[in-house]
Amino acid sequence: MADQIPLSMTVNGQTRRGLGEARLTLADFLREQAHCTGVHLGCEHGVCGSCTVLMDGEAVRSCLLFAVQADGAGITTVEGLAPDDETLHPVQEAFRDCHGLQCGFCTPGFVVSVAAFLEANPDPSDEEIRHGISGNLCRCTGYQGIVAATRQAAAVMKGSGQS
Amino acid sequence: MSQTAAAARYVGQSVKRLEDPRLVTGHGRYVDDIVLPGMLHAAFGRSDLARATITRLDTSAAEALDGVHAVYTGADLNSYNDSLRASLHPPESPAPPANMLADGDVRFVGDPYVMVVAQSRYIAEDALDLVEVEFEPLDPVVDYETAAESDHHVHPELGGNLAHDLPVPNPATDEAFANAAYTITETWHQHRQTNVPMETRGIVASWQPHAGVMEVWASTQSPHELQLVGARVLGIGEHKMVVHFGDVGGGFGQKMFLGREDMAVLVVAKLLGSPVKWIEDRRENLLASNHARIEQMTVKMAVGEDGSFLAADLDQLEDDGAYPLGGPATPGAMATMLYPGPYRMGPVSWRARTVYTNTCGRGAYRGPWQMESVAREQMIDRVAREIGMDPLELRRRNVLTPDDLPYQVSTGLLYETTISPKQTLEQAAEMIGYDEFRAEQAQAREEGRYLGLGMALYIEPTSMGMGPLGTESAMLRVEVDGHVNVFMGTGSHGQSLETTMAQLVADELGVRPEDVTLHQGHGSGYGFGTGGSRSAVIAGSAARAAASGVREKVVAIAAHLMEASADDLEVGDGVISVKGTPAASMTMAQVAATAYQNSDALPPGTEAGLEHTARYKAPPTTHSNACHICTCELDPGTGKITLLRYVVSEDCGVLINPMVVDGQIAGGVVQGIGGVLYEHAVYDASGNPLASTFLDYLVPTAAEVPELECGHVVVPSDTPGGHKGTGEGGAIGAPPAVFNAVADALAPFGAYPNRQPLDPNAVLSLIASASDE
Ligand code: FES
Ligand code: FES
Repeated sequence: MADQIPLSMTVNGQTRRGLGEARLTLADFLREQAHCTGVHLGCEHGVCGSCTVLMDGEAVRSCLLFAVQADGAGITTVEGLAPDDETLHPVQEAFRDCHGLQCGFCTPGFVVSVAAFLEANPDPSDEEIRHGISGNLCRCTGYQGIVAATRQAAAVMKGSGQS
Repeated sequence: MSQTAAAARYVGQSVKRLEDPRLVTGHGRYVDDIVLPGMLHAAFGRSDLARATITRLDTSAAEALDGVHAVYTGADLNSYNDSLRASLHPPESPAPPANMLADGDVRFVGDPYVMVVAQSRYIAEDALDLVEVEFEPLDPVVDYETAAESDHHVHPELGGNLAHDLPVPNPATDEAFANAAYTITETWHQHRQTNVPMETRGIVASWQPHAGVMEVWASTQSPHELQLVGARVLGIGEHKMVVHFGDVGGGFGQKMFLGREDMAVLVVAKLLGSPVKWIEDRRENLLASNHARIEQMTVKMAVGEDGSFLAADLDQLEDDGAYPLGGPATPGAMATMLYPGPYRMGPVSWRARTVYTNTCGRGAYRGPWQMESVAREQMIDRVAREIGMDPLELRRRNVLTPDDLPYQVSTGLLYETTISPKQTLEQAAEMIGYDEFRAEQAQAREEGRYLGLGMALYIEPTSMGMGPLGTESAMLRVEVDGHVNVFMGTGSHGQSLETTMAQLVADELGVRPEDVTLHQGHGSGYGFGTGGSRSAVIAGSAARAAASGVREKVVAIAAHLMEASADDLEVGDGVISVKGTPAASMTMAQVAATAYQNSDALPPGTEAGLEHTARYKAPPTTHSNACHICTCELDPGTGKITLLRYVVSEDCGVLINPMVVDGQIAGGVVQGIGGVLYEHAVYDASGNPLASTFLDYLVPTAAEVPELECGHVVVPSDTPGGHKGTGEGGAIGAPPAVFNAVADALAPFGAYPNRQPLDPNAVLSLIASASDE
């Protein structure tokens, strides 16, 4: 079997060490070794956005990165957004309020992408929202609730100075 | 409803979903999240040729790879093949040979012929590269229009490519055609699309030897179909088949039945005695799960001078691919039978044929027989254009009104009095501002801009109450502390049943929705699962009946304990109180504790415990109806279509949760938009699929869809809650509405589209060929 490379990264604020072949994807490392099963794989070729995580604050597709490329990085997955077990992040809250999800499979990728998008663009127009989330696919909602959720989260986060 | 039932507190409210906190934080539990000790991973080797003989297959190098546990070919698994039939498929009807793996020859690109089970998916795929295989290519049958006449047979065992041929002549149409002022004919084509749930298919199977138990986790819409068919495949009893139901990432019909791969995993897990996981990748999903909508209908309509519909003659042809998922389908027969839709149509004659081709098998996709609405609504716009009448006016003249109901359709359907097509037509026309738009459109044309409006009006037979589909059950138990567990045969995969069923139970029993947990899969009673727009009516009625049964007992016990009359009690939010005297009350928890732990205090003759099971049998059909209208702008330079507005007026009876209903409609509409404008699972002439990634198979994004406006007409159905099904409707109404809008925008060029997708190239060539004429 191919050589196993030691890996270490900060995942949702905690150090996670593991071993993997050079070809191990970041997504598989996060799912299988860091137990972040909120990282979903909808295509494994970089189009659907379900696997989106933050790497050093920037939204990336974890199916397109090898784990070794993230060695030493700080990763935030959807599991790392809510402040505690009882409270949701404003983006998560907005997805719930606005019915921004049905089956929920695309949702972690959307939530992470929207959080990053609002960080960069705290006061987006509707057009910017639609464009901003057009890198993620959802097959259930027709995007109606997702657009509304992004609007709501922007308003809430701006109001609370979160972004 | 029992006479003490509370007024609706939760039904009708957009209650926030109980599913969401776990799903928005990444704590859902989908099948790929299941990890078992000693679990192995399966991968399938699939044909790259549409039709070929396997001349050599050597798996020894693959077997020798470190980490590989086993490699299987068709010859290893085919002894299980007799049992693969889906439960909706009658045993006596003709079917392609049921095999899990191709044996001797391959019949479409993606046909699995070898299966590797290894320590990891990475190793399993490495091993696939080591499988040595040689093929002798054969001429494939790719074009379904000529498949029936082809000398090449997709399934040589069947002796031909015609799967079904159902002619239903009706001599009464002859006279109508003879007397018609207009006879108009067109062939309408839909093109190959696929469901694309964002979670692909997947299954984990774990065999417990000696116990004889197969434990399964799967991405399914129908845990009981898996339990029933899986047990049959394995030769075990259903009592030894344990199907766990977790979160399911969409299905849209694809996960109703077991795929060949699912069955292979079950068998192999038993043979190996180790848990086996298979997670389909996206390429497999796009090429080999199921395709849909590959069909055409030739429609001839007889129309009177005043635009009245006098008769129709229909000829439907559809492509079943090689291995239709769930067995050879006959949606064509349904499509023709449902063609009259919400109109007085006169006599109808029809023929429906299905053929096999060397392509991915057909399967159910949200509104599997929506060709009826596609062909009819596109035809009506064509008729309007031919006879020079406004399409809204033409529909108004023919639509069924409340005075026509109940209505016996010439094709055999019976519409109940609770449908409202006329009302939804008028509501949608008002929402879009029909006359204003027509004025705006005329103005725009003068300025060289091309706007279009399309509408579609339809009736959907939901919640069908026949055969295996007919019933659902609910087993409801109030636990000792007053909280409620309800076990149901549904398979919610985005439909929000954990919330909507809890709302129904909450109102009927008198608790809060968050006090109710829905359990699906293992432990629930037989039901067909979630699909066919059936859960609200059929499962919902079962939930209601189970709750009502427990409620009666709760009231009787509380009356006894409180020394009050049962008639004076009301129950709400977990509190039983004397009407008008809220201080005189006790809690559900107190009643429950008495029922289980102090049964001597119960009223004499009362059985201990607080649980009830109910099974609901649905009427043959509960019809819902809707009208979709959308507007678009066409850029004649690029062929690009931009949707401007999209309105839906629908009647799904009493809404359990309006937010959820609107969400179901929106999802279906956007699938319909995608189908007409973007998505195409296209093959080349040799049967090579050209759309194997999301770069080629274009699912719409947020940037392509307009804001949806939903209006509701509420005519309660005669079923217990007054609900009607609504899961599929969006995907039924949207394709013809969008198509008609584009056709309308193209009309000034003299173009007559009759096929999809209407992508920019298609639009430009329609413009070009029209101006050549
Ligand atoms: S799974 Fe990474 S983009 Fe689709
Ligand atoms: S909620 Fe199912 S794919 Fe988005």
